Amino acid sequence: MIIPPPPPPTDKAVGVETYGMTMRFGGFTALDDVSIKVPAGSFHALLGENGAGKSTLVKCMMGFYHPTSGQIMVDGREVNIASPKDASALGLGMVYQHFTLVPSLTGAENLVISRQHVPGIIDWGAEKKALATFMERMPFKLPLDAPVATMAAGEKQKLEIIKQLYLGRHFLVLDEPTSVLTPGEAQEVLGLVRAMTRSGDLTVLMISHKFHEVTAFADDFTVLRKGKQTGAGKVSENDRKAMAAMMIGDQPIATLDSRSPVQSDAKPILVVKSLKAPDRTGLKSIDIDGLAVKSGEIVGIAGISGNGQKEFLEVLAGQRQRDRGEVVVKDLPYNATRTEARTLNVRFIPEEPLRNACAPRMTVAENMAFRTFDLDAKGKPVAWISSGAIRSFAARLVEQFKVKTASLASPIAALSGGNVQRAVLARELTGEVDLLIVSNPCFGLDFSAVAEIRARIMKARNSGAAVLLMSEDLDELLELSDRILVMSDGALVYETPIATASVQTIGEHMAGHH
Amino acid sequence: MTDIAATPSALSPKLSPALEWVARRAEGFVIPVAAIIVGMAIFSVFVALLGKSPAQLFDLMWRGGFGSWFSIQNTLSRAAPLLLAALCVALPARLGLVVIGGEGAIVLGGVAAAAIGVWLDGAPSFLVILLMGAGGMVAGGIWIGAVGALRHYRAVNETISSLLMAYIAIALMNQLVEGPLRDPASLNKPSTHPLAEAYRIGSIPGMDVHWGLVVGIVACIVSWILIEKTRWGFAARIAGGNVRAAQVQGLAVGPLIVGFCALAGAFAGLAGMIEVAAVQGNANGSLVAGYGYAGILVAFLARQNPLAIIPVAVLLGGIDASGGLIQRRMDMPDATVLVLQGVLFIVILFSETFYGRFRIFNPDLWKRG
Repeated sequence: MIIPPPPPPTDKAVGVETYGMTMRFGGFTALDDVSIKVPAGSFHALLGENGAGKSTLVKCMMGFYHPTSGQIMVDGREVNIASPKDASALGLGMVYQHFTLVPSLTGAENLVISRQHVPGIIDWGAEKKALATFMERMPFKLPLDAPVATMAAGEKQKLEIIKQLYLGRHFLVLDEPTSVLTPGEAQEVLGLVRAMTRSGDLTVLMISHKFHEVTAFADDFTVLRKGKQTGAGKVSENDRKAMAAMMIGDQPIATLDSRSPVQSDAKPILVVKSLKAPDRTGLKSIDIDGLAVKSGEIVGIAGISGNGQKEFLEVLAGQRQRDRGEVVVKDLPYNATRTEARTLNVRFIPEEPLRNACAPRMTVAENMAFRTFDLDAKGKPVAWISSGAIRSFAARLVEQFKVKTASLASPIAALSGGNVQRAVLARELTGEVDLLIVSNPCFGLDFSAVAEIRARIMKARNSGAAVLLMSEDLDELLELSDRILVMSDGALVYETPIATASVQTIGEHMAGHH
Repeated sequence: MTDIAATPSALSPKLSPALEWVARRAEGFVIPVAAIIVGMAIFSVFVALLGKSPAQLFDLMWRGGFGSWFSIQNTLSRAAPLLLAALCVALPARLGLVVIGGEGAIVLGGVAAAAIGVWLDGAPSFLVILLMGAGGMVAGGIWIGAVGALRHYRAVNETISSLLMAYIAIALMNQLVEGPLRDPASLNKPSTHPLAEAYRIGSIPGMDVHWGLVVGIVACIVSWILIEKTRWGFAARIAGGNVRAAQVQGLAVGPLIVGFCALAGAFAGLAGMIEVAAVQGNANGSLVAGYGYAGILVAFLARQNPLAIIPVAVLLGGIDASGGLIQRRMDMPDATVLVLQGVLFIVILFSETFYGRFRIFNPDLWKRG
């Protein structure tokens, strides 16, 4: 059997241009006459809100979609990319937001099996030798013998990039490449990538929401809005404000209330004492002790996903059994029953509201009634449901919270992510709120929805609610919190008031370096 | 609220409420009806391939099921147990559970009713009939309630467990009618002692259809009201729509699941009681008549809507009733109607993928360009 050698690493970066790209899905134009130019060896940022057409554009480049009209040029030659295979042959590759590695296999195994043609019987000796020579040409080192599962997120992301180079791809689309990394890891990975573009080994088109990454690493940028190209230029010649304006157009953006000072005599609303609960795998456990959230403050919990935040929230929400420990709300033990949540005014907004806080096929009005359907106007329990009352209640909240929906009878799944979150906020923030527990409230939402939702949370805080905010977005925590705690490996490992918070230190604790 | 930017047009009141109401409901009617027509068409091809005339078949089906007062009564008699059996599928389905073992609850409900009827022989008839009904409901309720409890507290798949528990129920029934409850006079077919005539359920005045039909229809209406109009039904719909959302709202998901499953089983047990008290007169192997499985078909055709179960049960009762006529006149095996039921089931499941796809039924798409 002949073992085909690994694809010849042509070391030169590839330049890609699109001309007049248009993509229609039925009557809907996802991409409208977009021309972008990413010269070989450049680092180009692609900006835009959700649904602006960024992924449609890169999917056209990668051969997943066939554009309705428009051309793609690779290194100045017009090419026809009919499938991802064609894109790969031209040296075009993509690194996805979430890892595509097999966790139980080693780095080397992941690389070899990712090849287009893998022999039926793999000669690992020869492969390893070939890999060693290949790695010598790489600008950074990576242990390839350890299972991917044992690698840190930053290493996995580096391996993803190495994989693309190993497959002979020298034009990479990076789709929000740092969303799962700590700030330190993000700096390192993007720094390495930029060095490779500088040396002419790589061209990068990065989809990102984070302006500080764009300004620090990219050369040029293109902005899309509602499928149209609304701006492009050199990063050095445009500031963040200008880029943000191109992204969102002339929509007004909600601003945060100014932060009213935390009362020194504010009572702790939520107290968690020596809590212990099994994590998802059942092999490890989470341990939370001495967490207190006072009335009128936002306590942020930072951490890389998978460090027990989800399990902690599930315990607070009554979805997970605890081994021991106490959750106390306003001096009373709290077990997350409906009655307790109601009498103690506890509200819970889980992440991905459509998946965790809504019944997707029930109507907007019904979903907005989840918290109150069993009460009458005076707050007394009732046996009979009044659909009229549910509708008028929802109509009022839809108006107040500006939920965009075709009708109150639409299934809530028909709404955009931002409007689902608005509907859930409307449901949970109406009435008196003493404790608000929120998880990743702005994940995947567009600019204006994010600003508005953060403003709502701040408003709840200022009117006296104790807020526990869990977020994977450090910028969000820095913007909203009064104190930041870091969760790592199931425990709270670090605490800092916002005044002295440093991204650097928080990042180190997130990575578990302490 | 000056700090929150105005997002353009919150609720757009441009949809005509009446039109929207009609469109959203029409979908749930038109798609199943279209699916039934498509299913009939596919079945026609099957019949034609057998060298028979589909036209003649549908004509016979009509005459056998609905063409005369006699055939209508026959149809309604067959529809009666289907109503309750279908509720045993539809109620758990609203909580997201696929329970297919209603047969077990029917069988046990029948045995329990027969045992009570024999045990209390001599007591006033209305009391005994009431207790027979209650006994059948308790037996069925415990059986399917256990399925719900296994599901919620021990994470046992309810589809598998309900099916396996149906086999256990049948084995239990065989054990009882051949052992402790056996009437020594029943020689060829081991049965319980026959019920006294006073404890039998008779016919609806003016019809040759027993009261089970009325009980079934009332049960469907009550179930619909429970689901659509009460807070327990609303809570169940939340839990069925997304159990995580229900938990976050602090709803008692476990009791809801067990409660709805127990009620579902109680209806199936009641079907068993009616079968004993109105049709068989005692409990024996005839209770294993496949009503529990036919009920699955009815519930899915009705899209788990208790009110829709009523016409669907009548339709399937009619198809069933015409089986004999088809067999005699067209010289086709009576399994032919089972083929039709199977085809309908597949087509209905397939039609589930069409919901929300048609612009005309989906007001959320009306304004998109």
